[in-house]
Amino acid sequence: MNTFWVLAPVMVLAALGILFVRKAVHAALLLAIVMIGLACLYLSLNAPFLALVQIAVYMGAILMLFLFVLMLVGVDAADSVVETIKGQRFLAVLGGLILGALLVVGLSQMSLGAVVGLDDANAPGNIPALADLLFSKYVFAFEVTSALLITAAVGAMVLAHRERLEPKPTQASLAAQRMQDYALSGKHPGPLPTPGVFARHNAVDTPALLPDGTAAEASVSRVLAARGTVRSAPAMAGDIADIERQLGEAPHAGRDQTAAATTEEEAPATTNRDEEAPTS
Amino acid sequence: MTPYVLLSAVLFTIGSVGVLTRRNAIVVFMCIELMLNASNLALVAFAKQHGDLDGQVTAFFVMVVAAAEVVIGLAIIMTIFRTRRSASVDDASLLKY
Repeated sequence: MNTFWVLAPVMVLAALGILFVRKAVHAALLLAIVMIGLACLYLSLNAPFLALVQIAVYMGAILMLFLFVLMLVGVDAADSVVETIKGQRFLAVLGGLILGALLVVGLSQMSLGAVVGLDDANAPGNIPALADLLFSKYVFAFEVTSALLITAAVGAMVLAHRERLEPKPTQASLAAQRMQDYALSGKHPGPLPTPGVFARHNAVDTPALLPDGTAAEASVSRVLAARGTVRSAPAMAGDIADIERQLGEAPHAGRDQTAAATTEEEAPATTNRDEEAPTS
Repeated sequence: MTPYVLLSAVLFTIGSVGVLTRRNAIVVFMCIELMLNASNLALVAFAKQHGDLDGQVTAFFVMVVAAAEVVIGLAIIMTIFRTRRSASVDDASLLKY
């Protein structure tokens, strides 16, 4: 019973949190807390098999599915607070309170009698006893379950399937498109430049340097640029100066001029070779 | 066993209020899962109360049905999101008019 009194407040608080948090991801994590608590309660109720199934199926499969869908839909898909039906929220909370009061009062009035306990039923072990029941008394329900699961799998496939409306682009058509873009807008047909590799950094957030010492913006991923984690050319020039100071003397005399030239510009200038010459 | 059943009732109530108040279809689904879990807790508690494993078998079947339901429900939510760019239950109101 100690398990119960420790877990019950945590579970109720987490469940209440699902009602109040704005972000769906937080609701999923709170639901995970409730489900772990339920698994522990199942253990304390002599149902070890269900506890494991709770962890494996609910935590492992269902919550992961929720999180996958949240990733696809957009993690920050916050709830709107606009009430479409007037007074609906108030009435829902009122109805919920009435339902809760009814259930709690009714159940606490009820006398359940002495607890029989599962020691006899679990005598051959919980899982063998469950298997005996499942494959004798409930065998029809078990078979129907297979039909349900197949229906669910086929349904998910049908719902997720999308007809292809246009032909799949082939390598030849992609190449032709690239050359046409080059002819029309001067967009460079080749691959993007690779990220820069410098004395201390060979990470993808380091832009490559163009021959004139400026950073090639196209060499770092757009995602990194949007997050603002791209190291700018002046910062790297500072790094080079640091290393040279550590080495005691400047091993490359020419590098200093480059560093000085790049530190003057605050932001790495956009020298896209692509934009320069729309040829022919 | 009464405290277990009471906890199950409280969780079920919270889940039903969540279904009625939340606007995000995915959160509504999570609240449905909460209600199913609450009923499972009651089933397992009653199994211990009566010394009978039938309740645990039923809870197992509830879990199977919940898994199938989540798969289909999330696929429907994804389809709606793909066409309407929104996971809010208020936006899917075409059948109303």
